[in-house]
Amino acid sequence: MTEVSLGMPQTPAPPYPDDVRARLEADAAEVIARYPDSRSALLPLLHLVQSEEGHVTRTGMRFCADALGLTTAEVTAVATFYSMYRRKPSGDYQVGVCTNTLCAVMGGDEIFGELQAHLGVGNGETTADGKVTLEHIECNAACDFAPVVMVNWEFFDNQTVESAKQLVDQLRAGAQVTPTRGAPICDFRKTARILAGFPDERPGAVAAGGSAGPASLAGLRLAKGETAPGRVVAPRAGERPAGPDADAQPDGRAPATHPSSHDAPQPSAASDPENPTGPVTKEGE
Amino acid sequence: MTTATERGEAGAEKLLTPVLSEFWDKDKSWTIEVYRDHGGYRGSAKALAMAPDDVIAYVKESGLRGRGGAGFPTGMKWQFIPQGDGKPHYLVVNADESEPGTCKDIPLLYANPHSLVEGMIIACHAIRSNHGFIYLRGEVVPVLRRLQAAVAEAYAAGFLGKGALGDGGDLDITVHAGAGAYICGEETALLDSLEGRRGQPRLRPPFPAIAGLYACPTVVNNVESIASVPAIMDRGKEWFREMGSEKSPGFTLYSLSGHVARPGQYEAPLGVTLRQLLDLGGGIRPGHRLKFWTPGGSSTPMFTEEHLDVPLDYEGVGAAGSMLGTKALQVFDETTCVVRAVTRWTEFYAHESCGKCTPCREGTYWLVQLLRDIEAGKGLLGDLDKLADIADNINGKSFCALGDGAASPIFSSLKYFRAEYERHITERACPFDPAKSTVWADDGTTASAHQEVNA
Repeated sequence: MTEVSLGMPQTPAPPYPDDVRARLEADAAEVIARYPDSRSALLPLLHLVQSEEGHVTRTGMRFCADALGLTTAEVTAVATFYSMYRRKPSGDYQVGVCTNTLCAVMGGDEIFGELQAHLGVGNGETTADGKVTLEHIECNAACDFAPVVMVNWEFFDNQTVESAKQLVDQLRAGAQVTPTRGAPICDFRKTARILAGFPDERPGAVAAGGSAGPASLAGLRLAKGETAPGRVVAPRAGERPAGPDADAQPDGRAPATHPSSHDAPQPSAASDPENPTGPVTKEGE
Repeated sequence: MTTATERGEAGAEKLLTPVLSEFWDKDKSWTIEVYRDHGGYRGSAKALAMAPDDVIAYVKESGLRGRGGAGFPTGMKWQFIPQGDGKPHYLVVNADESEPGTCKDIPLLYANPHSLVEGMIIACHAIRSNHGFIYLRGEVVPVLRRLQAAVAEAYAAGFLGKGALGDGGDLDITVHAGAGAYICGEETALLDSLEGRRGQPRLRPPFPAIAGLYACPTVVNNVESIASVPAIMDRGKEWFREMGSEKSPGFTLYSLSGHVARPGQYEAPLGVTLRQLLDLGGGIRPGHRLKFWTPGGSSTPMFTEEHLDVPLDYEGVGAAGSMLGTKALQVFDETTCVVRAVTRWTEFYAHESCGKCTPCREGTYWLVQLLRDIEAGKGLLGDLDKLADIADNINGKSFCALGDGAASPIFSSLKYFRAEYERHITERACPFDPAKSTVWADDGTTASAHQEVNA
């Protein structure tokens, strides 16, 4: 939990050791040079100090203040405003389950509830082994892949309770985990460094995940005639409401035999005990 | 009367117009080589051969309107930049896509980042800017990688850097990752954030065109708006105006999500209807029917099945009582509790309210308290009027549109589903089973998935 300071003034945070400070100062100079005004570098620099320690410490904030000629109060005001800055020691893997309305309804609530029970931690808490910090997150702009789970801000699309549990188990076991869209998961500090504006140097990191996810191509494939168009599903017999869409169901056919059944969501690992592999996660070498 | 089948089969190739998404299925679509193979950087070459004012006039005549929600004409925004004022001008691209339901810019930047880079070159030439910024939300690292790579490729190819704008001089683009705050999608909050401050909206006027980034003239545009410009320059404004309507011309990305058979991105001319898109996309998931949907994210008043034939353009959606917004079509079927949905959205607005304006900060908090009680069956009938009253006290009473967005789902859900709110109160419980709304509800293996659903 956040420490209660009772309003007592704190002594200044200790600085980084000289070698760390020298290294970070070189990085900071590179970041600052990208902007016409140095203060614009504050958000990237907070990502940078987070990449050093895994969360934003008082030492890190002091470093940012020194680098930019700000007060630590000015830096703290910014660091506490944004949700991606962690303010206490946290796990190597930040696991976020989207529980905004659409993902929540599509299964995100159930996934988040099950993961809390499975890991024995609550929202914002970290497993005892220091591996996984679990939190619920807001909409991450992947609604057509709902329900979505993010690990260190890489996309794990179309998740189920089972695939999500397997995902965190693999993370805790130290297995190489590959997202649906994004590069193989690295630890949180390395991710924070990319966010500070230092590109991922791993070979293949940019290419990982392919050009686009399947949902992103839904319309394109139809436009190219690669997928047969479907039809608006008929409501259940007897339950059909009056409305301007009445002509959409010419025959009131039963949904079980509906022509669009062929492209209904396929059963996932959650429903197939024979298949222990999650639909989206897999182990690498 | 045409049947759904006839419309659907006749429509697929004709109805959809993949431009931005045209080659997303190609290997390495995000690279400069593949982009150039598909006509990339031809539009910027044409634009750079024109006088800046002519480029502004051309984009204005194309009729392109902002794709970030408000629909303001892009060319007109550029035209507002004062010229010869001796100050630096800036272009800032709003890539902070965070509106619930909105998921178009992120796949666009993932698969085709060069369309944005090229659009920025054209825009910077037009407004006489030598420095553009891409403010990308931080929570999308795979997209950040590709933007960083695309900008580096463009520098290497000479499209950016020294002399990139010819007589206009150099052009630099800085990719900037945010740190998690929905409010930074609001253009003035974004500018404060980009200046290294808390993301809180500014009072307007002055508008960013006069005093934006570092108090200099600044254009803030949505990703999709800017990314649409190269194709307009390359293929012509007449080609662009052939699509869509007189007042809402062109193509755009519609994002279909939720209880539909085939969620995803559908690029089509402005003015298609949800019915047409559902016909193409396989309809509502099998065995279910449409209950409510948003035309452009959670901040746009919700629609019901009576709005299936509303043309999804700026005028059509506006006339039907909502806003086109980001064309984020979140579709919910009859298993979804509207009170639960609105409660969750309201929790989002309360969480994301920046705290600057009292009506929004306090109002969203109290809305959440009331809604949680109602959802849990502990509400009173009088709470419904109180909800509407609080929403009315937020709407239009704060600096930015976040508060208005928070009021939208309250007003619209009370308008269409007041009886459902009342049921929660009179039955003292939520009448819905959330398990039935999940993706796997109809798999048949989950205990709560009853056969009844497909009966």
